[in-house]
Amino acid sequence: MSKPAIETRYLNLFYDTFHALEDISISIEERKITALIGPSGCGKSTLVRVFNRMNDLIEGVHITGQVLVEGEDIYAPNIDLIELRRKVGMVFQRPNPFPLSIRKNITFGLEIHNTTRKTDYSGIIEESLRSVLLWDDLKDKLDRSALELSLEQQQRLCIARVIAMKPKIILMDEPCSALDPIATSRIEELMQELQKEYTIVIVTHNMQQAARVSDYTAFLYLGKLIEYGETKRLFSAPREKQTEDYITGRFG
Amino acid sequence: MKAQTEQRIAVSILFLCTFLVVVPVLVILIIISMKGVSALTVSFLFDMPQNGMTSGGIFPAILGTVYLVVGAIVFAVPLGVLSAIYLVEYAKDTPLSRLIKLAIVNLAGVPSVVYGLFGLGIFVIFFGFGASILSGSLTLGIMILPVIITASREALESVPKTFRIVSLSLGASKWQTIRHSVLPHAIPGILTGTILGLGRAAGETAPILFTVAAFYLPKLPQSVFDQTMALPYHLYVISTQVPGIPEHTRYGTALVLLLLVLLLNLGAIILRYQFRKKKKW
Repeated sequence: MSKPAIETRYLNLFYDTFHALEDISISIEERKITALIGPSGCGKSTLVRVFNRMNDLIEGVHITGQVLVEGEDIYAPNIDLIELRRKVGMVFQRPNPFPLSIRKNITFGLEIHNTTRKTDYSGIIEESLRSVLLWDDLKDKLDRSALELSLEQQQRLCIARVIAMKPKIILMDEPCSALDPIATSRIEELMQELQKEYTIVIVTHNMQQAARVSDYTAFLYLGKLIEYGETKRLFSAPREKQTEDYITGRFG
Repeated sequence: MKAQTEQRIAVSILFLCTFLVVVPVLVILIIISMKGVSALTVSFLFDMPQNGMTSGGIFPAILGTVYLVVGAIVFAVPLGVLSAIYLVEYAKDTPLSRLIKLAIVNLAGVPSVVYGLFGLGIFVIFFGFGASILSGSLTLGIMILPVIITASREALESVPKTFRIVSLSLGASKWQTIRHSVLPHAIPGILTGTILGLGRAAGETAPILFTVAAFYLPKLPQSVFDQTMALPYHLYVISTQVPGIPEHTRYGTALVLLLLVLLLNLGAIILRYQFRKKKKW
């Protein structure tokens, strides 16, 4: 096994008194797709939001245990949150481009991090749009509003917006749940493509999707990590009774 | 059939109410325009008053009102917008912050004469600014603060939460998020609040009565520590305090005040339109 991109050790997370994640120890491999599955409320979205510390926005959250991203404890007091979120990008459930031009959407993060006044971003714009296969469609429309795009294109743009920051890890929180089946399969193809360069963690309520796209799958239930392993093995020969019940559709 | 009759009655009543609201506004505009338009000449607008204000122009009052409104805006908009940003983006939801928000909303309902007395006590006497443009602007500014804060808060709160979340997830700091992803989308709403405040600041008499307004001044104010004439007070003076003012002068003054407020509003509306257009959504 190569060195893990993300590693948690006895991670516990509480919303005030509610114990949302219990003793999670998981090691996520570099340049692989890891799927987090489980029924609603199992903590899979909470877990993925631990990795870029988006849970910090919610009042009353506190955490025990360790979370390492590329070997660095991201809950250490001296951690640079801005640098962390640049390294660990996030794609959300609903496509959420800013109501700005396509170009501005991609340069948003760059402009925020760049202290120099003027830079030519055209190279990075082309590169990011190429990597999400939007360049040929949009190269002449960069100044049009991002809201004119189809939902699928918007979601691709959101991925491009993350890629423009040159992250190491891309977190995807149910990235296809607002899309139709054809768009979903095209986004899945894109994920396979991106996996060559990025570590991807995807939260999904869709088991078929996890089985199709991921290399590793983690099954969470009621805040506990029930089973974690290679996707093929987990879906063909689950070791835990709860995993088997869930993937065969007996609950969830 | 019965539903349709009810529908017709409901629409008629709603329309009638709307009509009744519009009528007084139109009548005011028509009467003031008809009686005042004959007074509107270049010399009326740009000359000093003469012969105990019975002839000549109203230039010092126009200029004074412009000074006061600009002064109030310069003071109240930054203060109001920044405190609205604090209340919406940073203040935690505690009983204290709720009390502060409630107090600000209620401040909008305080009678303007109370603000006038407050300004007299604080700015004119305590800070020793005397009756001056500075005192008057600050008093008007404080009077319109609640309007600006409330409108700015609503504008900020109406910016979708996802803009903030996405911006933070891209590594922006909280301030960068506010500055780049929230504020630009809130500006039209903030300008609307400013427009409302502007009109109120231009038209109120009571707050300037004790803090700045002069009955008559032979020359224009030279600094912010000078008194000035102002349109609303001038209108009051020539309507009730000085005998022998021709009617068209009084209505002309009222018309100028109306037009001035309209002009200031128009400027803000154009500005708001420009911002909306830039947003492309």
